[in-house]
Amino acid sequence: MNGNNCPHHHPPHSDEPIATDAMKIVLVGNPNVGKSVFFGFLTGIYTDVSNYPGTTIEISSGSWQGHQIIDTPGIYGVSSFNDEEIVARDIILGADIILNVVDATHLERDLFLSRQLIDMGKPVVIALNFCDELSGAKMAVETDLLADLLGVPVIPTTAVNGEGMDQIADSLLLARAGLQDPELHGRLHEMLKVVGSQAEALLVLEGDPHVASRHGIVPGEEREEIYINRRNRVNDIVRHVLTVSSTTESLRDRLGRAVINPVTGVPILGLVLYVIYTAIGVWVAGDIVGITEEVIMQGHYEPWIRGLATRFISPDSIPGLLLIGEFGLLTMTITYLLGLLLPLVIGFYTVLSIMEDTGYLPRLATLVDRMMTTVGLNGRAVIPIILGFGCVQLGTITTRLLATSREKTIATVLLNFAVPCSAQIGVIAGMLAAVGGSLTLLYVAVIFTVLAMVGTVLNRTLPGKSSALLIDLPPMRLPRLENVVRKTATRSFFFMKEAYPWFFLGSFIVAVLQISGGLVLWQQLLAPVTEGWLQIPREAATAFVMGLVRRDFGAAGLTELAMSPMQVVTSLIVITLFVPCIASLMILFKERGSREAMLVWVGSWAVAFLVGGIFSQVLI
Amino acid sequence: MCLSEIKKGQSVHILRIADQEIRTQFVRFGISEGSRITCLEKIPFGPFMLRHNRQEIAIGREVADKIQVEQRMDT
Repeated sequence: MNGNNCPHHHPPHSDEPIATDAMKIVLVGNPNVGKSVFFGFLTGIYTDVSNYPGTTIEISSGSWQGHQIIDTPGIYGVSSFNDEEIVARDIILGADIILNVVDATHLERDLFLSRQLIDMGKPVVIALNFCDELSGAKMAVETDLLADLLGVPVIPTTAVNGEGMDQIADSLLLARAGLQDPELHGRLHEMLKVVGSQAEALLVLEGDPHVASRHGIVPGEEREEIYINRRNRVNDIVRHVLTVSSTTESLRDRLGRAVINPVTGVPILGLVLYVIYTAIGVWVAGDIVGITEEVIMQGHYEPWIRGLATRFISPDSIPGLLLIGEFGLLTMTITYLLGLLLPLVIGFYTVLSIMEDTGYLPRLATLVDRMMTTVGLNGRAVIPIILGFGCVQLGTITTRLLATSREKTIATVLLNFAVPCSAQIGVIAGMLAAVGGSLTLLYVAVIFTVLAMVGTVLNRTLPGKSSALLIDLPPMRLPRLENVVRKTATRSFFFMKEAYPWFFLGSFIVAVLQISGGLVLWQQLLAPVTEGWLQIPREAATAFVMGLVRRDFGAAGLTELAMSPMQVVTSLIVITLFVPCIASLMILFKERGSREAMLVWVGSWAVAFLVGGIFSQVLI
Repeated sequence: MCLSEIKKGQSVHILRIADQEIRTQFVRFGISEGSRITCLEKIPFGPFMLRHNRQEIAIGREVADKIQVEQRMDT
């Protein structure tokens, strides 16, 4: 090792001989190649999931025969184009052995990463996954020849039924550094003297700014040349090892196209949305939450905790009100988190994981891309928007996957302005059912118009440029239950872990407002606006203020008021566009900073009352 | 011609990609200057679904605008 003084996350390892003691075995592969099945097979159920330091990306690790196994985010190459790649890159740099999972039906794409790993000089074993799909696609891969050409062990596997998995376990410690590009080898040697490891030397040559700056040197400018050479080598290898005996389109290919073609794709989307609505809107939000929130939490937990707490504090004292009162931290907040939010979050993440694993999600992103570009987003923003219908916080946190800050701002604003969360949708749908179909359409039209107008205005006025769609469309596949469960559990856990403090803080603020009389004051302040401008009963102001606590409380407060159908629609428009619940506001502050968060918050008050008022003045 | 002028079902060869980042991402997916690609679907005023061998990708119209292609008779 040379004596450079740059801080390393991971010291380079590749110069050291492979030790027999504990090693870091890192799983690397393109997205959707079944990597997590390998991870699960090797580590069993005892795994550790944590955020990679300084990022929001979750990394799973576990152990296998005394060695550490680390999973990495799916990537198409090692560099630093986005957060996932940066995290994967740093873990790969610290790896002793790499298990590279490759989709046998997508060799041209996947071997690019494999060749890059080999050029990095890391010991590699390749799992050639989805081998069962080769015959159906009328394809054949000469595994032995592939292993010879790459210089590393290649094990054919079918992770879904466990085929080849034992062999992977046997071969892992036989990993060896493969055949580097001979021409690259010479250049690497020069750089090696400066940075101390082949892997880092390659990344510097390929122009990785972070790795270069760690060594205090200027990144190389040879990326394109190296990439083109690597691409040519990969194509050459694929020509040798792959035989394709038929190019007719399979049923799966046709389905993959049908979901994108608007003529068939839009009805399919309608069907998908209907299934999601039935599964989450009716089953989870209705039946499941009915049990978890009302029976378990309100029926059993809350009386129990109240009884327990009153032994120590008076329920009428200020600490008593704060802890076990109407908005108490131990009563309402816990009930909300466990009885309502958790089932919904699990429901939405299950849907998302299934859509991801089937390959439908990237196709949906393609289908809606055109629509999204009018509001300055690309098709990928459909993910936070869908999750926002579950919980606005969930959507806001997921805007992290968008490429530019501009897109994150637009998506966050749309979510917080005009996307009603599932808790609220339940109540709103009930009230709309009572006023009939045409008024329901009117409500939907108003909300969509606001959504489109706000998005368009932001797109026109915000500086900078949004990124365009450029995504891989993986083959349509049946999702694997184990994978879906694992992903959903990890994501739900992390979301709850991140969100719960904000719920406590939000509830605390509201409880303080209530105890100090602040809530009543607000209701009185709002009353003239409600009666005069919106032309709905004075008491609706109470509902709006309740919406600060929980958006569905706000909507539920309206059901008890005697209103004409038009008044119902007016109040629903206002409550939908009204500010997000206080817990969402906290997340908004955290994700987008105080200035932007305050603008969104004040803006949604203004838009809600403005749109509701205009609607009321024109139509009532 | 420009890739955004391609018709559904048409196959073309890529001549030039006028954006380094797009070039890099395309190379990773297996597509580079000289590759033959087929347009599988085209959403009116929207993105394109393309195929190169067995690799399928979707690109927005803005990306397609930056790619020059030509139709060759040989294939």
